[in-house]
Amino acid sequence: MSATELNLTQQQVLRKKANGETVLPDAPETPRRHVIAVLLENHVGALNRVVNLFSARNFNLESVTVGVTEDPAVSRLTIVTSGTRRQIKQVLRLLDRLLDTLSVEDLDPDALVERELCLLRIGYTKANRAELMDIADIFRARVVDVTPETMTFEVTGPAAKVNAFVGMMRPHGIVEMARSGRVAMRRALAYGD
Amino acid sequence: MSGAEIFVRSLEAEGVEVVFGHPGGAVIKIYDEMARLKPRFEHVLVRHEQGGTHAAEGYAKATGKVGTVLVTSGPGATNTVTGIADAFMDSVPIVVFTGQVPTALIGGDAFQETDIIGVTRSITKHSFQVRRAADLAPTIKAAYHIARTGRPGPVVVDLPKDILMEEAVFEYPETVTLRGYRVPEEPLPEKIEQAARMIRQAKRPLLYVGGGTINGNAAELLTALARKARIPVTTTLHGLGAFPENDPLSLGMLGMHGTWYANMAVQHCDLIIAVGARFDDRVTGKLDAWAPHAKVVHLEIDPSCVSKNVYADCAVVGDVRRALERLLPLVEPKDTAAWLAQIDAWKARCPLTYRQDGKLRPQYVIRRLSERAGDNAVVTTDVGQHQMWTAQFFTFVRPRSHITSGGLGTMGFGFPAALGAAMGLRGTGATVVSINGDGGFLMNAQELRVAAKYRLPIKIAVMNNGYLGMVRQWQELFHEERYSHTDLTDTNPDFVKLAEAFGCVGLRATTPEEADAVIEAAWQVHDRPVLMEFVVPKEEMVFPMVPAGAATDDMIVQRFRDE
Repeated sequence: MSATELNLTQQQVLRKKANGETVLPDAPETPRRHVIAVLLENHVGALNRVVNLFSARNFNLESVTVGVTEDPAVSRLTIVTSGTRRQIKQVLRLLDRLLDTLSVEDLDPDALVERELCLLRIGYTKANRAELMDIADIFRARVVDVTPETMTFEVTGPAAKVNAFVGMMRPHGIVEMARSGRVAMRRALAYGD
Repeated sequence: MSGAEIFVRSLEAEGVEVVFGHPGGAVIKIYDEMARLKPRFEHVLVRHEQGGTHAAEGYAKATGKVGTVLVTSGPGATNTVTGIADAFMDSVPIVVFTGQVPTALIGGDAFQETDIIGVTRSITKHSFQVRRAADLAPTIKAAYHIARTGRPGPVVVDLPKDILMEEAVFEYPETVTLRGYRVPEEPLPEKIEQAARMIRQAKRPLLYVGGGTINGNAAELLTALARKARIPVTTTLHGLGAFPENDPLSLGMLGMHGTWYANMAVQHCDLIIAVGARFDDRVTGKLDAWAPHAKVVHLEIDPSCVSKNVYADCAVVGDVRRALERLLPLVEPKDTAAWLAQIDAWKARCPLTYRQDGKLRPQYVIRRLSERAGDNAVVTTDVGQHQMWTAQFFTFVRPRSHITSGGLGTMGFGFPAALGAAMGLRGTGATVVSINGDGGFLMNAQELRVAAKYRLPIKIAVMNNGYLGMVRQWQELFHEERYSHTDLTDTNPDFVKLAEAFGCVGLRATTPEEADAVIEAAWQVHDRPVLMEFVVPKEEMVFPMVPAGAATDDMIVQRFRDE
């Protein structure tokens, strides 16, 4: 079935496409995960304004991390969100409209450095202790706390690696978990694009 | 000098003319300094902070200047919230100064403490809490700058009590530095050229004009463009007055209660040139079915409004006035005769009408008010049926002659907005007319006495149908005539006596003849507000109508029922 058979004008087709809607025979646009880097004035309430925007405007917010930068008057946010191209574009414009935002950048997934830190407390017995240590070794995780019943591992890496580590550990019984959310930066391309 | 004196001196330096305010504990020091210093601005003591905020909006919309509100902490601040939200939705430049408990007590649930910055976070363009007396002047300067520039909007400045007592040196800054604030720049030349090309190629172009055209002081240029290229013009509710409605190119308002011919033009045009408009759902109805043949050129100051609802084939982002200035010389006179003839045929086939059966119809009253008020009228309306009838039947020929609550749809907006407009327009010869329904008028009627105190000759019309008419209309059309809690007859006051009690003139009309006489009598009063109560039939409905969420093609043109 073509667009004309659906009785859509050319303009209606264009608008549907721009909205990420289905126009046969095209496939609908699926929401994609985006990592947005924001430089923010280090003012009271500035972070609030950013987070508030996501709930007030009905956008998805997967994680936010915030910390200081080389300039003490500026803090850096890494926001992980998902949406269609159109939704992400609107998020970027609305973030940019805030007075406290100094720069807003949708990081290219092919050219970013990202890390997440995870603390994972696992119950252990003599029987599985060696296996846990093997898994930790593969993921370069470190034991940062230990008791006769539990071990706490620290693992750092891209979110996918952290997910894999958590997945491997899950069958052994996770007692407690804390994840930092992602921090990310654009890659500095020393040798050009 | 004290923080409170710095505050007063800063408003003077900013050129503030009128402050709409209400005192209280947290701002008592400011009121004390106003008594001592006799500042150059006038302080209008409103009787409710919500009224004050709407008055500031009316002042801002009528004059193009920034409106100012001063209230105390806690309830004083929360009472301004509706007005702030209203100003945010309708891009009205106001600065709201709220008192706050002393900094040492913030967060401790002190008496009359509210986190007003938190409460208003999603309905302000920006907000500040001043933490040092030395920051007062630069913050005030920044607040007015932010409210006024770019896409205008409300700014809240929270003033803890102790910083008003604190001593500091007063120096009002000349410039503002806000590194995160980018006022939209010059539109891109290639976009202007693309827009001109699209206008050149269009056979059936249509200008769709919103409030941004008036906010951007671009109404004259817009009118020049329409006349030069011979393009018909339809306006949104907030765009009324941006293009003279007595011009043959005018199609009046479009959208849910717009004219049939404006909506027909939308559905058949091949190019929409949107100027300072945001494709609101009350304009488009069902998005998929709206303007199905039209390419879209969008002149807009706020990048987040472009392609938000309707995809823009050509987005000219930046100051609308600058964009029109650049565009005008590139556009040649077009031959749109066939298109205009088609529109004239639509106009002839289905003009705006109402029943003329000897009863006092609200549309008749509005026509008569429009004729009597003439070209120098400034009209404020409340929200509901009378608001739509005013948009349809009042003839607006100048920008800033129509003030209403569009985005938020705030009942109780209309009369205090008229108070603010009248304060701002004193000495200009403009006649301020406030058109209300019986429901909304009572929501801020307390400000009547304030208007009387300043001897403002506001012409107040109350269209009394004894109902919350617009809700009643929806109940009749879409909820099988179950009139749930919309009958006001047993809770309405005697409006004439109410007016008299507040020191205004009260008049009542129940027939067209009486209405003529009442309007004539009202225009003879020059030293106080006149309230004209028009008793109109409760069954009257607003037509044409595109039901909410329906396609524009499925417009209900007219429907009379037996009474």
